[in-house]
Amino acid sequence: MRGNLNDLRGRAWVFGNNIDTDLLAPGHAMRKPLEELAQHCLEAIDPQFARSVRKGDFIVAGEGFGIGSSREQAAQALAYLGVGAVLATAPARIFYRNAINLGLPVARFPDAHLVRAGDSLAVDLVHGRVYNLTQDTEHDCEPVPEFLRDVLRAGGLIPHLHARFHRQQP
Amino acid sequence: MTAYTLAEKILMRASGAGSVRDGDIVVAKVDLAMMHDSGGPRRVAPYLQQLGAKVWNPDKVVLVSDHYVPAVDPQSAAILSLTRRWAQENGITRFHDMQGICHVVLQENAHLRPGMLVVGGDSHSPSGGAVGAFMVGIGATEMAGVLATGEIWLRVPETLRVKWTGQLAAGVCAKDMMLALCRDLGQNNDYKAIEYYGSTITSLPMAERFVLCNMSAELGAKAGMIAPDEKTLAEIRANGGDIDDSALQWRSDEDAEFERVVEFDAGRLAPQVAAPHSPGNTVAADQVGRVRIDQAYIGACTGAKLTDLHMAAQVLRGRKVAPHVRLLVAPASLRATQIAAADGTLAALTAAGAILLPTGCGACAGYGAGVLAEGEVCISSTARNFKGRMGHPTSQVYLGSPFTVAASAVAGYVTDPRALLH
Repeated sequence: MRGNLNDLRGRAWVFGNNIDTDLLAPGHAMRKPLEELAQHCLEAIDPQFARSVRKGDFIVAGEGFGIGSSREQAAQALAYLGVGAVLATAPARIFYRNAINLGLPVARFPDAHLVRAGDSLAVDLVHGRVYNLTQDTEHDCEPVPEFLRDVLRAGGLIPHLHARFHRQQP
Repeated sequence: MTAYTLAEKILMRASGAGSVRDGDIVVAKVDLAMMHDSGGPRRVAPYLQQLGAKVWNPDKVVLVSDHYVPAVDPQSAAILSLTRRWAQENGITRFHDMQGICHVVLQENAHLRPGMLVVGGDSHSPSGGAVGAFMVGIGATEMAGVLATGEIWLRVPETLRVKWTGQLAAGVCAKDMMLALCRDLGQNNDYKAIEYYGSTITSLPMAERFVLCNMSAELGAKAGMIAPDEKTLAEIRANGGDIDDSALQWRSDEDAEFERVVEFDAGRLAPQVAAPHSPGNTVAADQVGRVRIDQAYIGACTGAKLTDLHMAAQVLRGRKVAPHVRLLVAPASLRATQIAAADGTLAALTAAGAILLPTGCGACAGYGAGVLAEGEVCISSTARNFKGRMGHPTSQVYLGSPFTVAASAVAGYVTDPRALLH
């Protein structure tokens, strides 16, 4: 992952409820390599997204973000495009695990509906705070649990396990 | 004595924890790991290589090629070839190549038992709960972690208990029950186990119980579960599984703590249809209005098992598909195809004008044959109608039971099947 979990900064891309995995990683692109697949991410609802999203930007969304398939390309496409974290009222279960496993931070954010597209945010996922620099407001979000912060800091589950295996078998 | 839910009992056993309560994080040993050609070897192999790890126990792995079958281009052929090679190199003996859709194949081969902790590299993994297993869907990186360690961390879920009583009317089935639940319970029951029980559930055949657990994924659930009974054990035995009656112990204690209990009356349920673009966008089939269809699709683990083909044939026997409609049928398994061929079901379907497609996940996820063009309308026996899932982003997918899909194919528009059943 990019930056410090207690100080992530970027602009907000705001989406509604039930953004499903077919929108994030469309079936027709699933056999293509990641760099091509990622260009189709969210194309059905925002054709500009893949082209315009910048490194560190946040996805701010409602309930059921990432519902549907277990395809982890849904999270991987966002990470590839540079998304810094996903803040959703209710991230879907498999998406949540996939994202963390791939080093993309995700957190529950009950006040997601108060964020406007393009707002500039500073996010502390260790203590669970979202600072909306554009609106000059502060909000709570769910902190990422300690054991998952370890996974994120390692860069995802595979590097995390690699370190564990390496320690066990020097 | 403390009382526990079925989910808690399984996670206690698998984690070795003396006691658990919902919200606890446990590290559990996995009894079985299932993956398919899409999320399987092509994605986990590089991770395992990176870790320098081998599969912790090849006998606890089931691999199924169902997503890219049969190959339609060099890319899908390469994925299938890689899957076969990986199975051989890693000593995976339970490899089912083009035998059907993973969730159906797991049960047809008696790979599941009550009380097991199973992970599946597919979101419809809650299907495994139909036999009283705790089966959760995971992604490919997580699967690589399981393959390397044999373990997974899990949060012990609350259990939402769904009671169904009453008898389903003719032309109404488990699919209608689930479409109604997607509307009534919503799609964000994340992190919960949903357990189905009651007299309706007891009377349902295993294939219909499967649909309830399968579509628990559409409720957002972590697991769908039904406690095993004599029918469960009989099915496992009929599929060649060796199991004794002690497996019936895997059930929730009646005084266990459930998050909530909701009750539904199956006797009052009419055929249901979910309009685009959500399985929860459900109304009674006769309330949809006049929606003209271009395609009717009977497919997927949810809607093309042998029982589903029988439902479709019950409507289509002696009838013809409307001239402007194409009816596509992709049976959920090779075994379903074989039995349906032998018992006259396929003859009834094809005589009505149905086009028979290869067994596999097919057009359900937009991978296989039968995808939709711009603006086309389809009624489908699959589980999901997300925008663009079955083809062009402007295509419209309605979900219904195999009865409803077959009746709509005949009528040429979305229709309540009860008028066509005698």
